[in-house]
Amino acid sequence: MEDSLFSIAINGIFVQNFLLVQFLGLCSFVGVSKETKSAAGMSAAVLFVMIMASIASFLIYTYLLLPMGLTFLTTISFIIVIAFLVQLVEFIIRKYSPPLYRSLGIFLPLITTNCAILGVVILNARLDYGFVQSVFYGITAGLGYTMVMLLMAAIREKSNALKVPEAVEGLPHAFFITTLLSMAFVSYFQVIPT
Amino acid sequence: MADMTIAGEFFRGIVKDNPVFALVLGLCPTLAVTTSVENAIGMSGAALFVLLGSNTIVSALRKQIPPITRIPMFIIIICTFVTIIDMVMEAYTPPLYEALGIFIPLIVVNCIIIGRAEAYANRNTVKFSIVDAFGIGAGFFVVLVAIGAIRELLGTGEIVLFDLKLISIPITPATFMILPGGAFMTIGVLMAMVNYNKIRKAKKGA
Repeated sequence: MEDSLFSIAINGIFVQNFLLVQFLGLCSFVGVSKETKSAAGMSAAVLFVMIMASIASFLIYTYLLLPMGLTFLTTISFIIVIAFLVQLVEFIIRKYSPPLYRSLGIFLPLITTNCAILGVVILNARLDYGFVQSVFYGITAGLGYTMVMLLMAAIREKSNALKVPEAVEGLPHAFFITTLLSMAFVSYFQVIPT
Repeated sequence: MADMTIAGEFFRGIVKDNPVFALVLGLCPTLAVTTSVENAIGMSGAALFVLLGSNTIVSALRKQIPPITRIPMFIIIICTFVTIIDMVMEAYTPPLYEALGIFIPLIVVNCIIIGRAEAYANRNTVKFSIVDAFGIGAGFFVVLVAIGAIRELLGTGEIVLFDLKLISIPITPATFMILPGGAFMTIGVLMAMVNYNKIRKAKKGA
């Protein structure tokens, strides 16, 4: 409850990194991280939806679900909020940046089913975070996601030139890179006392 | 699709359309909860329940659901079943509920379930949709238990299933396998093995 903003930030970006430590949002991670450009677009969309969803879900949870004793509707109301926000982002991107819209392709509507976003709002509700903490957690989790996404895209672009056995090409290769990245992130456990 | 058989549809879900290896869906729970075999069984059980429920309802209502609003309706149907299993597990298996954490509500956004609703249940009869749910559920179960077994065995040196010690091997436990890195490595290796097999088969056929 009394987590300071600093510890939330360190947690969100490094120690509890959504992709590498909590395994949230992996579908989009392996799907879109082939090029830096689409990775950046996807991360921006996720970051935006994550922040908006944190705000909206906090308001709904605190002022609607809790006082009325409707907490069993938590999951369903959160997912509806997220679906609505994703639709909004889709309209905006389609209007202002058609090339980005084309390169994000199928993954844009799939942000709705991106576990990272539903994960943030459910964690906010479970950890009893206040308004500022919720939004801050949304921002830092989104930043952590963006950072790993860009790192991964950069590594994958460079490693395209590598010659690997036929069976390892593609996904297994991506997973091996992720293993190394994840090992680096897990060692943050020891750096920061909880 | 006139020559569909029940057994054929069932085994297709395990081998050819395996949700994790062939369709690459539902990666998050696959990696997150497989620190032990017990969690893997719990997770695939919950997923099977939701898949069964959503496939049945979606295919029963497939003529009523208007195509343009189908995705939101699928999500609400899935969400209903997730809420049910969430409350049931909280009431009857608190330790498992605790261990699986937010991955129970996150079944809502598991691509396997919405993928099957869209690609299969929406186009097929109730009978085959139920068989498909069992097949895909079994495929998911096999993968989860395999990854869970590898990670638990190498990470702790033994496999404990419902307070029953099944196997124990005399090694120094490699904590790495329980950590997230181990999960990524395990699935990478398994996927490479599956690919290798596929390539070999393709070459033999040619």
